[in-house]
Amino acid sequence: AMDTDLSSQDRKDLDKFIKFFALKTVQVIVQARLGEKICTRSSSSPTGSDWFNLAIKDIPEVTHEAKKALAGQLPAVGRSMCVEISLKTSEGDSMELEIWCLEMNEKCDKEIKVSYTVYNRLSLLLKSLLAITRVTPAYRLSRKQGHEYVILYRIYFGEVQLSGLGEGFQTVRVGTVGTPVGTITLSCAYRINLAFMSTRQFERTPPIMGIIIDHFVDRPYPSSSPMHPCNYRAGEDNGAVYPSVEDSQEVCTTSFSTSPPSQCVFTVTKAHFQTPPPVVTDTLKVPVMGLAFSHQLSSSRLSYQPAALGVGSADMGYPVLFAGGFNAAHPHQLIGPGKEGGVPPVPSQPAHGTQADQERMCTPLDGVHYSAATPSSSEDTETVSNSSEGKCGSPHDLLETIFVRKVGAFVNKPINQVTMANLDIPFAMFAPKNVELEDNDPMVNPPDSPETESPLQGSLHSEGSSGSSTGNTHDDFVMIDFKPAFSKDDILPMDLGTFYREFQNPPQLSSLSIDIGAQSMAEDLDSLPEKLAVHEKNVKEFDAFVETLQ
Amino acid sequence: PLSTRCCAAPGAAPAMNCRAEVLEVSVEGRQVEEAMLAVLHTVLLHRSTGKFHYKKEGTYSIGTVGTQDVDCDFIDFAYVRVSSEELDRALRKAVGEFKDALRSSGSDGMGQISLEFYQKKKSRWPFSDECIPWELWTIKVNVVNLANEQERQICREKVGEKLCEKIINIVEVMNRHEYLPKMPTQSEVDNVFDTSLKDVQPYLYKISYQITDSLGTSVTTTMRRLIKDTLAL
Repeated sequence: AMDTDLSSQDRKDLDKFIKFFALKTVQVIVQARLGEKICTRSSSSPTGSDWFNLAIKDIPEVTHEAKKALAGQLPAVGRSMCVEISLKTSEGDSMELEIWCLEMNEKCDKEIKVSYTVYNRLSLLLKSLLAITRVTPAYRLSRKQGHEYVILYRIYFGEVQLSGLGEGFQTVRVGTVGTPVGTITLSCAYRINLAFMSTRQFERTPPIMGIIIDHFVDRPYPSSSPMHPCNYRAGEDNGAVYPSVEDSQEVCTTSFSTSPPSQCVFTVTKAHFQTPPPVVTDTLKVPVMGLAFSHQLSSSRLSYQPAALGVGSADMGYPVLFAGGFNAAHPHQLIGPGKEGGVPPVPSQPAHGTQADQERMCTPLDGVHYSAATPSSSEDTETVSNSSEGKCGSPHDLLETIFVRKVGAFVNKPINQVTMANLDIPFAMFAPKNVELEDNDPMVNPPDSPETESPLQGSLHSEGSSGSSTGNTHDDFVMIDFKPAFSKDDILPMDLGTFYREFQNPPQLSSLSIDIGAQSMAEDLDSLPEKLAVHEKNVKEFDAFVETLQ
Repeated sequence: PLSTRCCAAPGAAPAMNCRAEVLEVSVEGRQVEEAMLAVLHTVLLHRSTGKFHYKKEGTYSIGTVGTQDVDCDFIDFAYVRVSSEELDRALRKAVGEFKDALRSSGSDGMGQISLEFYQKKKSRWPFSDECIPWELWTIKVNVVNLANEQERQICREKVGEKLCEKIINIVEVMNRHEYLPKMPTQSEVDNVFDTSLKDVQPYLYKISYQITDSLGTSVTTTMRRLIKDTLAL
């Protein structure tokens, strides 16, 4: 029997591919949730640093978190890498939105060529991931983050935990790649009973930052978008920055051979520099979101190395809004970059004015009585994070405008179903189904919560917030806002929903059906003279047509 | 209806099968372009590689493909496309023609646009090269007219959701890892890939469309393209 064991070189290559695939997967997912459009350049000359022949940036903090979670291991059976995407409101309530799972199962494909087929399929899978990350509900939520909520990520390794997604979550499979050691599968489980957050709703609610816009001298904060274009500054590493972990410098030089597979040449070499060169260390300015905890994130500086081709800063369109991740051990405690499992002390010396900016950016919260917003001591920041965890207030009027359940493609099983179809309202299909239970909905009429002293003096609402437990942060979190957006239209003779459904799936046209061969030859021949006559009549047109081809 | 197959002589049927996928969408007139571009770009994202650079001994290296997000103006939807202005222009041109044809045909607004991936097989003179399709994507479009702004708003959201489903469908097909042309040698690369773009390298493809007029007969403008291609050889 042929030796089907993996050669040691192949095994090494495969492990490397899987490792970098995992890291790139995390990058794609997190970058897709930063809230900004991603844009990277194609390059016809291989730079050797783009894994899987795709231009995917590496945000150092994200790589760091991923490596920490993996702790030197690779996805294996029972050990999956998961990226959890959650939403956290300005009141401190949070909810898991998605879990992206990179798993390995036992089904091996011994025949497959590692350095060629597996590599290319992993590349294809990353492209699929790029596409799929834009079509789950959380994408649109993340594009609108910054005012009332932010999107956060957490990476963990081990068993997949889907319980936080609520009832009836849906799964989409991104793809699979068979390898000699198992089959890699990438999928996403996403919450569906918080399906729809209307743009219209947000336009009605003035953004928090917008109120205090004139406080800014240096950096006006446009109320329409929380994002800032990249603002690159070459500068010194000040230690709060991540060390570029050395194998992120690893160069992947791929050479493929078109000769028989046995002669495939694939080399992975370390870049010729072993220590991260201070070539161009750009600083990303992280804009502050007007939320209680966000200053911790903005106090870090992200730095990364741009692609070797030296693409200019102006055209990178690199996402800037960055939401930090949760510490795996303390899911609600935010991690600041540069520190293991805790909250980082913020450098007291501002560099390039960033700190000053950030402090100033933080002060809008003063406008809402958030006086503890000095990020200069970890003590304060501990307090902040704890209290933001503890806040489970009654922002019912704020949240009410955020969460609307919609009957639509992403809604699977609405809670407390009430059939509305027979009610005499227009577009009953589209109306949220829960109107009668609004009074019982705790989010509409929140239970009374005890007043507790909070270091945060006040919240975004003038009333104090409660320190009640976070026990129900994972509960189904549905605000019902029954305001059918469309009035009844007497001109329309039938229910729009029915009408819409009907034409959404039109019957197959017989002329487009494939069994054209069913037509008899005789029919064709019979119709020929007629057709010829028509063509002869139009001979001038055809001549003109032929003219255009010249 | 005229066949949209490429220039292969009918007798020279290839041994391999061409897999065909059909997607259907109902959209408003102003959404046609964006919806088509979203689907076509998503397919081409998966069917484009970096530029090949052949080296000695039959080895080659592959360039890097960049990607970018595109937001739709008339649909609540966003998609990812390959960062290549040339490719984007080519698709926009084809989709623009399709949209114009839909509009001017006076039909009920039904038509379909097809994206076909093919390989070229050289034949000896006087026979022209064969084009052997290996994957065919067909998007059937039904254009609807909406009466008022409320309907249009629903349509924005609904079409956005439908497109999300289409993207998932496309990815499912791509994940099957079915037939792909063998990686070509340097002399064969133009038979498999379109090497004319400067930054990316899609598989050889052609786009054609059919408009169905109200009589149920279809008019295709592929003919023009085919004739042009044939004459160009």
